[in-house]
Amino acid sequence: MKRSRVGLGAVALLSAGALALTGCSNSGGSGEKSSGANTDAIITTNGSEPQMSLLPANTTETGGGKIMTSIFAGLTSYDADGAIENEVAKSIESDDATNWTVTLEDGWKFTNGEDVTSDSFVDAWNYAALYDNAQGGSYFFDNIVGFSDLQNAVDDPSGAVDEEGNPLKVGAPLAEEMSGLKVVDDKTFTVELANAEADWPLRLGYTAFMPLPSVAFEDMEAFGESPIGNGPYMLDGKDAWVHEEKINLVTNPDYDGVRKPVNGGLEIIFYATQDAAYADVLGGNLDVLDAIPDSAFETYESDFGDRAVNQPAAIFQGFNMPYYLEHWSGEEGKLRRAAISMAINREEITDVIFQGTRTPATDFTSPVIDGWTDKLEGAEVLEYNPDEAKKLWAEADAIAPYGDTVFDIAYNSDGGHQGWVDAVTNSIANTLGITAQGKPYPTFAAAIDDRDNDKLTGGTRAGWQADYPSLYNFLAPLYQTGAGSNYEDYSSEEFDNLLKEGGQAETVEDATAKYQEAQEVLLKDLPAIPLWYSNVTGVSADTVDNVVFGWDSVPLYYQITKG
Amino acid sequence: MLWYTGKRILQMIPVFFGATFLIYFMVFSLPGDPIAALFGDRPPAPSVIAQIRAEYNLDKPFIVQYFLYIGGLFQGDLGTTYSGRPVADVMASAFPITARLALLALVFEAFAGVLVGLIAGLRKGKWFDATALVVSLLLISVPTFVVGFVLQYVFGIQLGWFRPTVSGDAPWGELVLPAIVLASVSFAYIVRLTRASVADNLNADFVRTATAKGLSRRRVVTVHVLRNSLVPVVTYLGVDLGALMVGAIVTEGIFNINGVGGTVYRAVTLGEGPTVVSFIAVMVIIFVVANLLVDLLYAALDPRIRYAK
Repeated sequence: MKRSRVGLGAVALLSAGALALTGCSNSGGSGEKSSGANTDAIITTNGSEPQMSLLPANTTETGGGKIMTSIFAGLTSYDADGAIENEVAKSIESDDATNWTVTLEDGWKFTNGEDVTSDSFVDAWNYAALYDNAQGGSYFFDNIVGFSDLQNAVDDPSGAVDEEGNPLKVGAPLAEEMSGLKVVDDKTFTVELANAEADWPLRLGYTAFMPLPSVAFEDMEAFGESPIGNGPYMLDGKDAWVHEEKINLVTNPDYDGVRKPVNGGLEIIFYATQDAAYADVLGGNLDVLDAIPDSAFETYESDFGDRAVNQPAAIFQGFNMPYYLEHWSGEEGKLRRAAISMAINREEITDVIFQGTRTPATDFTSPVIDGWTDKLEGAEVLEYNPDEAKKLWAEADAIAPYGDTVFDIAYNSDGGHQGWVDAVTNSIANTLGITAQGKPYPTFAAAIDDRDNDKLTGGTRAGWQADYPSLYNFLAPLYQTGAGSNYEDYSSEEFDNLLKEGGQAETVEDATAKYQEAQEVLLKDLPAIPLWYSNVTGVSADTVDNVVFGWDSVPLYYQITKG
Repeated sequence: MLWYTGKRILQMIPVFFGATFLIYFMVFSLPGDPIAALFGDRPPAPSVIAQIRAEYNLDKPFIVQYFLYIGGLFQGDLGTTYSGRPVADVMASAFPITARLALLALVFEAFAGVLVGLIAGLRKGKWFDATALVVSLLLISVPTFVVGFVLQYVFGIQLGWFRPTVSGDAPWGELVLPAIVLASVSFAYIVRLTRASVADNLNADFVRTATAKGLSRRRVVTVHVLRNSLVPVVTYLGVDLGALMVGAIVTEGIFNINGVGGTVYRAVTLGEGPTVVSFIAVMVIIFVVANLLVDLLYAALDPRIRYAK
């Protein structure tokens, strides 16, 4: 252990020296260096301390996510465009989109030598779904038959209810294993879904669905500190994770999947601020950075030239107008939402405030997702059209005059949102001649509290980053009746039905058509007013080549070459 | 002297309880549910939130939470962070780094500040004095993060003399640049304090007496002028040690130092009571001890000060 750390240090030193030598050469001739790529080279990149211990279903944020996808291989993985490729799976098949048969490829092993079998998946999924284990990603399994039996069993006898008025559940779960999961043999298992889902395999590359070796179940807490996976990389010894500082990964020699690394490993350094990380790339201490700080928006493209990346990511940004507010329900609310949407000059705001690091939205998903289109019927409501906006606003005033009510948009001021909120409210105020302003909350916790308890006085910032590359993942959790992140309680029977039909569609193409139709319903109702897609902005030093960003804004580390 | 020291140490007990109680209450009063916020725009099942709240005692009334925390404290358990790490581990990794950074800054500001202040005071009105005044004014008026970014850019990125950020183990060499940034404002104050105090003492009776006795200029300056001028400076340094540790947050952010400031900031935004309180409690103790040391140093510096019963 000690020795490998010294080795790492030596590599880091060498690469720092190499950088100093090549520092004055221009970056134009970057292509030719890749021929002599060093397969032992360690790629350094930015990250953040994982919020939870490293368990597949408990890692729902990006800091832990990029580590988990590197050290685990699920049934499928995603390529740069978000298309799935089989990893551990040999096939995932279904005739009716409800009953799925999964067959595993032979030869997969965890880094402790244990074979990856059907049990590795089924046990891990049951663990994730079981109430007692309190895994943050448990809801990913809620479509598997028997999921509810793993939750709390009976209504609280004292009659206690949660915030939505549903009875609280108490008592032990009825079962510890989902009845919809059946192991056929070592390499085959079947999954029965509660509702048909044609693109269900799209989910399976997400971290929550990763397999676990049997040793994990002996002491999950210890396992989360030092996980054993089956992915392209593995932890570099017991002490690879230095909390709040970095994590060292080396290539897994036994890995033989589609993501075979051409480098020697990763050193993911945790940064408290993006500014510090940016300084490190400039200073030659970091190879790849996947988040440019606001302060460098104006300069990063001139600093790094063709080593800078700025492309749409699977992140949707908008704001919601709650239905419980006066003036914002029924026909009046519909007119006002459309008016507000057309009063915002998205092009100008993304250019001026974000220096082109956002892309104006034309739907409710993201351009990196298969099935995205800017040709949805009714999408003109997302274009800046002051005359039409004034007209619709006047029509709404005819139903009930708006008067001098102040229009506000709630945001958390610790997240760098003030700039665009002010720009959006200014745009609205200037177009419609009303008083519009931002309403800052000190922390995210405070903002989400008022949102959760229906106490907003106006609109609220709303964003969504996809877990897996599917239109469904952008729509169902946010706008389906009663869905977990549907804070503003939007409910449309037409939309719900279209989602359901999309799920039951026989092919992914048919499903996509239904989801697009569902979005056209959203464009009429505007439960969220789409603003823009976040772009992934990143740079790489001229020590490395072949840096490609994946659909999830994380670079495809395995194909980066160095030296 | 011993009696005085003992009395001061006993005074730390109510200070400790008062401070932890107040801070715990303040963290408790932060708006919003910290656990819900942990998951961002994507809430997990309510049952998961309820379980985690119970695990961290967040479902209990404030006073129960506080006493559970204090109870754990006496058993050597400082609680855990929301990511499941013992707070004691977090402290063990964060405090030594910040302490070294603060110490380095303190040494820098004490030596450089007193030296520059002394020369400026001895040559009042000359060009050195004027330059020192202008530079110190500049350092006081320019915010620390500007100084930090400029030094990082010039020395770390353009000239490449230092690493732009500090690596994990934070070796002393890499801490020099951050320490200079951290010390910059205090350095300016110490220059001004020392200069004023030296200039005053130069005209004092005891200095004229010493000079009249025929002592060398060197001895007059070091033994009589400087020693007496150090009393206000030492007071300032004592208070500043605490301020440096707490105030390192901006500097730590710029140079990516995994220290106390950043940890406390993160814990406050997450509403992580045990972490915030444990860290602040240690800082309070550092403050109190530093002030005690300063008071004891007075007696060494100024023979007129004696601590009786």
